[in-house]
Amino acid sequence: MSSSKVIHAFYNDDEVVLDAVKKVKAANHHIEEVFCPFPVHGLDKAMGLAPTRLAITAFIYGVIGLGMAIWLTYYTMIADWPQDIGGKPSFSWAENMPAFVPIMFELTVFFAAHLMVITFYMRSRIWPFKKAENPDPRTTDDHFLMEIELLDNEEELTALLNETGAVEINVVDKH
Amino acid sequence: MSHYEAPIREPLILGHKSYHDITEDIARPIEGKANKNWYIAFYISLAAMLWGFGCIFYTVGTGIGVWGLSKNIGWAWDITNFVWWVGIGHAGTLISAVLLLFRQKWRMAINRSAEAMTIFAVFQAGLFPIIHMGRPWNAYWVLPLPNQFGSLWVNFNSPLLWDVFAISTYLSVSLVFWWTGLLPDFAMIRDRAVKPFQKKIYSLLSFGWSGRAKDWQRFEEVSLVLAGLATPLVLSVHTIVSMDFATSINPGWHSTIFPPYFVAGAIFSGFAMVQTLLGIMRKVTNLEAYITRLHVEYMNIVIILTGGIVAVAYATEFFIAWYTGSQYEDYTYLSIGSATGPYAWAFWSLIIFNIITPQLLWIKKFRRSFIISFLISIAINIGMWFERFDIIAIVLSKGHLPSTWWRFEPTFVDVGIFIGTIGFFFVLFLLYARTFPVIAQAEVKTILKSSGESYKKLRDDNHE
Repeated sequence: MSSSKVIHAFYNDDEVVLDAVKKVKAANHHIEEVFCPFPVHGLDKAMGLAPTRLAITAFIYGVIGLGMAIWLTYYTMIADWPQDIGGKPSFSWAENMPAFVPIMFELTVFFAAHLMVITFYMRSRIWPFKKAENPDPRTTDDHFLMEIELLDNEEELTALLNETGAVEINVVDKH
Repeated sequence: MSHYEAPIREPLILGHKSYHDITEDIARPIEGKANKNWYIAFYISLAAMLWGFGCIFYTVGTGIGVWGLSKNIGWAWDITNFVWWVGIGHAGTLISAVLLLFRQKWRMAINRSAEAMTIFAVFQAGLFPIIHMGRPWNAYWVLPLPNQFGSLWVNFNSPLLWDVFAISTYLSVSLVFWWTGLLPDFAMIRDRAVKPFQKKIYSLLSFGWSGRAKDWQRFEEVSLVLAGLATPLVLSVHTIVSMDFATSINPGWHSTIFPPYFVAGAIFSGFAMVQTLLGIMRKVTNLEAYITRLHVEYMNIVIILTGGIVAVAYATEFFIAWYTGSQYEDYTYLSIGSATGPYAWAFWSLIIFNIITPQLLWIKKFRRSFIISFLISIAINIGMWFERFDIIAIVLSKGHLPSTWWRFEPTFVDVGIFIGTIGFFFVLFLLYARTFPVIAQAEVKTILKSSGESYKKLRDDNHE
């Protein structure tokens, strides 16, 4: 049976919330989410989040960009319309390649940076006109919010959260 | 103790601040009303910008002939201004990317504004080549698009086209880097906005940032990878700008030291501009607790270092010009010929503003003084402009034949467009300072406990 109720525990210190996450995890409760005003180091590990693979995607996108640059310079300068420009070897891409290094570099960076950021926005579901989903406006200021699924164990959980230093505890309906 | 920092390090955030105080301090300039000084500065900048736009319309309507160019000096003010503005942009990326890789915490108070400066400066830079085309509506011809001219492609062998790719990549990557960093700060403004219109605008700008633990994990990884990509990118941009000159066969331009020397010069001038802007901004927005003497001193140290590299490059150029024994090398921009010829005033302006004045920063008292740093930064801005003017105008003024000798004199249009871009830059920066969180508050909050004055004091007292 999945409960539609969650408990919101507020904290006002990054070290306290980090310890609290560890204690709540140790007591085998499922932490749905933690909302923070700024990055807390070690929080992802404490929550058991898998490492992000965005850096790997950036590498793949970079390789695609490099390939695009090689194709573009080959097609335009060698295959489609070779010209004698300052005596540069227009008959062979490999021999003309030193002149294309800046383009290859720039397109690698262009693809890696933009596609990685787009992937980040898509994966984290952030884009223009998206409605914010943090349950309380204080979580972008100075409060940390831990959201925990509630399974008929309200009293036990509240006691545990109070012990970890929560400054406010609310039970809310999740829709 | 996850927030330990050696007591010997000076605090980066002064006073007794809490996380909420940081929020309040950063939001205040946005939520408050602009004062009289802001309006005065804004209207002066706006007037300069409109004057510049008028000069641009005149140029496009009449032709490039309204500039002071000739068949011998086909590039002068416009390319000087282009290189100057691109160079200024470099400090922003250096602060946000290179200092991130080196884990320099002091970057956090200044990176947002420095990146804004980068983006606004690159806008100005981009204007010049486009106006210089004479037919700016054909500017898209620089892109490799299939076309109706028999599929004639752009020339990928040309440094000018490398520039197109370098600068557009630089501008767009800087923009997403900046905007990604802004999301949590826009979200902070959004969540405390009381006026419905303001709330709407900032929720649109914040892309619905919610600050989940997973988002922050990705945010940090993306920042790190973008920094890793932006670092070689920023070095490549000015390298390629320098190749516009270095791949030619003009004495004075055909120089293998140009790429590293231009990059150092760009960082030098960029930090000077950051110093100029932040010197004003910290006062106007009451952010003295975040942009401190220590920040000013660190920036001045970078200025001494890059200024030293530039000085060594000048000395090398001067020595080589003399050592070749070639009479054509005797009128390169750093030579006895130019030091005594009709452009001596430009030569000596370069030496005085760019080499001699910054040496004052060796004195610790000057390095930590807001007003002296501000004045020196203005001198460097002028000096670096002269560097580009000297490289371009002096070198071109004496060709191989006496019949090609020509003295470049700017017209009011040349001057007007330059003043216009300065106005445009300040218009953008002033609007930014009123509407954007000018300090990366989320990042500053992460260093409050390690580098905040009150926290450091607390720790020191406990140890005693």
